[in-house]
Amino acid sequence: MAAVRIEGLRKVFGTLVALDNLSLTVEEGVVFGFLGPNGAGKTTTLRILTGLAHANSGQVWVGGKEITANRHEIAQQIGYLPEDPAFYPWMTPGEFLDYVGRVFQIRAKERSDRVKELIKLAGLEEAAKRHIGGFSRGMRQRLGLAQALFNRPQVLFLDEPASALDPAGRKEVLDFIDQLRGQSTVFMSTHILADVERVCDTIGIINHGKLVIAAQRDALVAKYAPPAFEVEVDAQTVERFLAWAEFVQHESWAKSVSIHGLVARVNVSDVNAAKRELLASITQAGLILTRYEIVHPSLEDVFLQLVGQEEVGK
Amino acid sequence: MSLFVAFRKEWLELIRSYRLLVVAIVLVFFGLTSPLLAKFTPEIITLIPGGTEISKLIPAPTVWDAIAQYVKNMGQFGIILALLLTMGAVAQEKDKGTAAMILVKPLPRGAFLAAKFLAQATMFAVTLAAAGIACYYYTMLLFEAVNGLHWLVLNVFLLLYVLVFVAITLFCSTLTKSQAAAGGIALGLMVILGLAGAIPGLGKYLPGELITWGARLMQGDTTTSWAAFGISMGLIIVPLLAAWLIFKRQEL
Repeated sequence: MAAVRIEGLRKVFGTLVALDNLSLTVEEGVVFGFLGPNGAGKTTTLRILTGLAHANSGQVWVGGKEITANRHEIAQQIGYLPEDPAFYPWMTPGEFLDYVGRVFQIRAKERSDRVKELIKLAGLEEAAKRHIGGFSRGMRQRLGLAQALFNRPQVLFLDEPASALDPAGRKEVLDFIDQLRGQSTVFMSTHILADVERVCDTIGIINHGKLVIAAQRDALVAKYAPPAFEVEVDAQTVERFLAWAEFVQHESWAKSVSIHGLVARVNVSDVNAAKRELLASITQAGLILTRYEIVHPSLEDVFLQLVGQEEVGK
Repeated sequence: MSLFVAFRKEWLELIRSYRLLVVAIVLVFFGLTSPLLAKFTPEIITLIPGGTEISKLIPAPTVWDAIAQYVKNMGQFGIILALLLTMGAVAQEKDKGTAAMILVKPLPRGAFLAAKFLAQATMFAVTLAAAGIACYYYTMLLFEAVNGLHWLVLNVFLLLYVLVFVAITLFCSTLTKSQAAAGGIALGLMVILGLAGAIPGLGKYLPGELITWGARLMQGDTTTSWAAFGISMGLIIVPLLAAWLIFKRQEL
């Protein structure tokens, strides 16, 4: 059963089409990265999935249940961390988590144990008696994650969970999300490619309210970002370097060549042919080689390629 | 159960934000000073130059002056406090995002709204009771004891009168994300209600008549105003129902 299923979702704000016939399926137990540039429609999708906003058309199922008819039941099974989590400033973190536990109608003993567990998990033991009003953005983000986990949700919706954190905080949050793999389905929106690359096993890319692609991360990288070669030459042969780059660019196995100083990045369409012929061309050109390597493709390459194609298509 | 959970949070907020304390201080202060002012106004006037002559023109204060002062103060400050303390109740939670944080969880929106009204109602009931007891005691000391049952009825009417404005303001707070806009709309509706009350023949059907009814009762006049009572109840229930119908469809 799919943890999240979206069919033909459309959302319009005045003349702006925020979501345009978006369809998507997320399987159970995966960490799904919902990737897209700012304004792509990620937050709108999350708000519809959590029942905070309504679609103009289309349907959404969470945990196999259609959301408009089963909102209360679904609310028991999900957790949600908005991009900028808001709290009652006069409460302490323990009081807020206790309130959340009461909303879920969890018995006093279990609630109290869970509050202590989550305070520890969020690293807020030392701030446990302080009012939330004085918390830093990072502390609020960690508390936001803790409150989203209170009911041990089947599906956890996270909107830019690490974007406001410092490097240490980001690592903690991403490590924690990684630990949830297999226990909960995590649906995480972000525009930070490194975060997705680090924890997500499945990725959906959205742009201008439309799904560009959804696939497993490794399959996506393999399909859309074939390896590239990086060649660095000695400064003595720099005159011949540019002529060589021009020559390579016209080879049938080469897609493009970009040059940054003494380094050339050669994007290829046929890896095996490139492996055979690239070094030979360097030797023939009389270049003095200081570095030669096959560069592993990144999600950033995929993202830029796919979103770039969209922009060109427009 | 959900209503109790939400009410508990609202009540705690009224205490922690000192709103309960402020309302109690304001209402009890005016509850205490109403009979004092009624009693000592002629003597205070004698202290100003030429005041002795003026004070001769003022009739000797009676218990009815104390009651009239109390009714006027509670009505005016009740409305002001209802407006100021309720205008941000929903609007602010929507604006700051706390409503979205909580209402994504299994807390019905009806319980969220009802808890806000009940918390305000409880606050005004408790503080009006304290103000009523304070005024009753000082009136007894300075003038004479008044009928306790009638005094209770007068204060219940005052509470209903204030709750009309709490309900209207809560409805306005549901309409918008801006508490200033909510306050402005509520103030506009209150002005309309006030102007309608000044139209001859119409006033006896509006909430203000409840106070007049209570004051009449204190003087032993048993003429009733059940139409005003029914309309006041309607002016509490209808805005609350409308707020719920709007809020449950609203995007957060």
